[in-house]
Amino acid sequence: MADLSVDFVGIKAPNPFWLASAPPTDKAYNVERAFREGWGGVVWKTLGEDPPVVNVSGPRYGAIHGPDRRVIGFNNIELITDRPLEVNLREIKEVKRRWPDRAMVVSLMVPCEEASWKAILKRVEETEADGIELNFGCPHGMSERGMGSAVGQVPDYVEMVARWCKTHTRMPVIVKLTPNITDVRKPAEAARRGGADAVSLINTINSIMGVDLDRMAPAPNTDGKGTHGGMCGPAVKPIALNMVAEIARFPATRGLPISGIGGIETWRDAAEFMALGAGTVQVCTAAMVYGFRIVHEMMTGLEAFMDERGYARLGDFVGAAVPNVTDWQYLNLDYAVKARIDQDLCIKCGRCHIACEDTSHQAITATKDGVRHFEVIDEECVGCNLCASVCPIEGCITMEPLVNAVDRRTGRFVDGSYRNWTQHPNNPRAQVAAE
Amino acid sequence: MPSRSEIRPGRMPPEVHPQAFADLHPPLDGHEVRVAADRCLFCYDAPCVSACPTGIDIPMFIRQLATGQPLVAARTILDANIMGGMCARVCPTETLCEEACVRNAAEGKPVEIGRLQRAATDAMLETGRQPFRRGAPTGRRVAVVGAGPAGLACAHKLAVLGHAVVVFEARAKAGGLNEYGIAAYKATDDIARREVEWILGIGGIELRTGARLGRDVTLAGLREEFDAVFLGLGLGATNALGLDEGGLAGVEDALAFIERLRQAYDLSGLPVGRRVVVIGGGMTAIDAAVQARKLGAEEVTIVYRRGPEAMGASRYEQELAQTAGCTIRHWARPAALSGEGGVLAAVTFAVTQLADGRLVDTGETFTLAADQLLKAIGQTFVAGDVREAGGLLDMAGGRIVVDAERRTSLPGVWAGGDCVAGGRDLTVVAVEDGKRAALSIDRTLRAAMREAAE
Ligand SMILES: Cc1cc2nc3c(=O)[nH]c(=O)nc-3n(C[C@H](O)[C@H](O)[C@H](O)COP(=O)(O)OP(=O)(O)OC[C@H]3O[C@@H](n4cnc5c(N)ncnc54)[C@H](O)[C@@H]3O)c2cc1C
Ligand SMILES: Cc1cc2nc3c(=O)[nH]c(=O)nc-3n(C[C@H](O)[C@H](O)[C@H](O)COP(=O)(O)O)c2cc1C
Ligand code: SF4
Ligand code: SF4
Ligand code: SF4
Repeated sequence: MADLSVDFVGIKAPNPFWLASAPPTDKAYNVERAFREGWGGVVWKTLGEDPPVVNVSGPRYGAIHGPDRRVIGFNNIELITDRPLEVNLREIKEVKRRWPDRAMVVSLMVPCEEASWKAILKRVEETEADGIELNFGCPHGMSERGMGSAVGQVPDYVEMVARWCKTHTRMPVIVKLTPNITDVRKPAEAARRGGADAVSLINTINSIMGVDLDRMAPAPNTDGKGTHGGMCGPAVKPIALNMVAEIARFPATRGLPISGIGGIETWRDAAEFMALGAGTVQVCTAAMVYGFRIVHEMMTGLEAFMDERGYARLGDFVGAAVPNVTDWQYLNLDYAVKARIDQDLCIKCGRCHIACEDTSHQAITATKDGVRHFEVIDEECVGCNLCASVCPIEGCITMEPLVNAVDRRTGRFVDGSYRNWTQHPNNPRAQVAAE
Repeated sequence: MPSRSEIRPGRMPPEVHPQAFADLHPPLDGHEVRVAADRCLFCYDAPCVSACPTGIDIPMFIRQLATGQPLVAARTILDANIMGGMCARVCPTETLCEEACVRNAAEGKPVEIGRLQRAATDAMLETGRQPFRRGAPTGRRVAVVGAGPAGLACAHKLAVLGHAVVVFEARAKAGGLNEYGIAAYKATDDIARREVEWILGIGGIELRTGARLGRDVTLAGLREEFDAVFLGLGLGATNALGLDEGGLAGVEDALAFIERLRQAYDLSGLPVGRRVVVIGGGMTAIDAAVQARKLGAEEVTIVYRRGPEAMGASRYEQELAQTAGCTIRHWARPAALSGEGGVLAAVTFAVTQLADGRLVDTGETFTLAADQLLKAIGQTFVAGDVREAGGLLDMAGGRIVVDAERRTSLPGVWAGGDCVAGGRDLTVVAVEDGKRAALSIDRTLRAAMREAAE
């Protein structure tokens, strides 16, 4: 049986599935329930200085749904914890004592002054929590007060606060990054310079979930006025994966431990983050939508996957996909694929045809000998993957590599050679290929 | 000894009726609509559309429904099929659009097109709004004979195109078989009447009920008075058993039985036999049998002379009858009726088989005790109504011959619905006939108008 345990920058946990700092980790009651279901750790809902913040009493959350009401994206305008610091610290201590094997990380956000950080760090240490996470990510409310993403968007501040924390506590420091930035590698690099032990990402993305066309206001809204919130959930996963990969492969941040966050719902989502370098993963929306029991599916699924692949421990595959993430200019331009339609699986909906016909390369038939029939025309197919993306039947359209065969579109013999853009004759700046 | 009283009312407690005759396919609620609509793949050149006799743009209306615009969806449906509401209830979708749906290949379950169509058209009907406007008056007048689906569809389209229409209907109510023939559990809530009123709501259509072609008006007279004539006469006669019915009480046309039921205010006042035998294999046989059961008949047996595949009723409908508790016996034809005191007592059947492609008796017989016999062996066109057209109106198999535009052999006369040859005897086909004829009439009249102007 695969070993799911983790030692993430010295923080030990029975599994890599942690709850992200958010409502599920807001108080002892929730966290106790989570631990009973098997979550490996939590990042406690972000603490701040007293007096506590005040949340709106209107709607805090919004969602975008699939037609069957499946939550695809979720957003919130919630602030950090609105409970007194003392209460949170007492509960953290109690829960950690009762669940010593689980990771207890405390998320923090205080004004950008060294004294503020120093003061709160001392108090958190007394709880015997395992580590801290610096919330440089919240994109709404707190950022207007110069905290959260207002810090995360300025690499110099990230570095500065990380350094203060490393100076004033023995606890491991994780810096949580905001995705509301052009190049996520910059704040990650700054965190590392400041001495941070790890980064976690992503926090939520600036968003307006919809517009109420009757009230002509953002939906949901507070008494007729709306503000942007932070978006999370399955829709943000691709953005998060890219940011994780960027940090994992960038020379200045390579090797920096990463806790992956963003749209994780299943073991597979988690495994994907890990393959791109995440040592642990954090979950918020999926727990808020389905409850804590989902962690069973995550644990059993990941275990089965690892057993099947012969991975004894997480370290056997964490980061395994990183070497295969590269720049566009290094992709092999000599490689070619053609779409193939499995006629036995095809249900003849015609979506591949109309997609390719209207918007791409006119490479799929609609009829053959007068009969409804969908087949790829190799002479036209550029292998773009559009048809396979729109086909409703999984596995019906596959992209088949040409191996020692003529690409009938270009007439070129595909022999398995490698030639990227830097070597391509059409590139005016191509380096002379070594003959 | 069986007495007259075996065919009597009140076989079922009255409180059971509303449930028994409730909607066969209850409407989908908002959430169900979203889930059902989500299954539509918005196919290219969608097979379901080709399978719809009226060619409704199904993927488009489902997409409009899914985006929260049921009235826009209804408009898409009604553009192609003005009786989209009734069709959503009575179409044998399992042999039409839903049979063609690609979701069958994907997971053996089609998109519920009929029920989605109903959601959209119900919404429109509820507004009471008529989404179509009468076209600018052309000054041309068209006579439509028969206010069934074919005639009404034709009349509505003609009104949209700006022609003045007079509808001649022999009966007291418009609607044709929608009003008198369709099973009660397919046409709940007085839908037939409501739909007719809604269709006529466009204006420009004068309805004359109690006006029968061949009695009150003649084809020659109509051709004289109007610029064009459309015949949507349906099938006025039923086939006979071809044996001595001996004037026995308890023997009648299934259609008459259904009509009584559809027109009854109080189902508990409706008489039905204890042991009912229905002869036939089509939709009428199924509907009569199921409704007899629902009224409280203890034994209902449908007897059909060929095998299940040959039945006019679809598999689904056959199962519907069986689920309702009716027995279906195949390969037998009625050979003799016997009665006591002028009242039906039993029916004797000859067992049949196929020999060299021909249906023959095997020589075996069996007898079913019965106090009511409903004949559902097909209807025929009453050619007498158009007899004065003499040999000029081409007929085939006892029905009127039309071309692709639904033109008859008589200039200025169009026809459609059940009364034309080669149709499928379905509401939706009748609607398509009426629509096509109206478009053809319009083209013809406009061409004549242009010619006159030149
Ligand atoms: C019992 C039964 C159940 C059915 N169930 C279904 C079903 O579930 N689904 C389905 O799709 N189809 C069903 N059908 C078939 C469907 O009802 C017909 O195909 C459809 O009604 C044909 O429309 P129509 O306009 O041609 O004729 P009709 O509906 O028969 O209308 C003809 C109209 O013309 C009038 N008329 C006749 N002669 C004259 C005259 N000389 N002068 C003036 N008016 C005249 C009649 O009174 C009638 O109103 C069923 C039929 C029957 C009998
Ligand atoms: C209602 C809500 C409140 C949140 N509050 C915090 C917070 O206080 N501190 C923090 O660091 N992140 C907060 N987050 C962000 C989450 O921790 C997480 O980074 C984000 O939701 C992405 O993960 P997910 O897609 O699994 O939800 C919050 C998210 C939600 C939905
Ligand atoms: S891969 Fe692209 S070009 Fe080729 S058939 Fe599919 S959609 Fe067309
Ligand atoms: S999209 Fe897929 S299922 Fe649909 S026609 Fe194309 S190959 Fe067949
Ligand atoms: S065939 Fe089925 S899935 Fe395709 S458009 Fe029609 S209803 Fe939708």
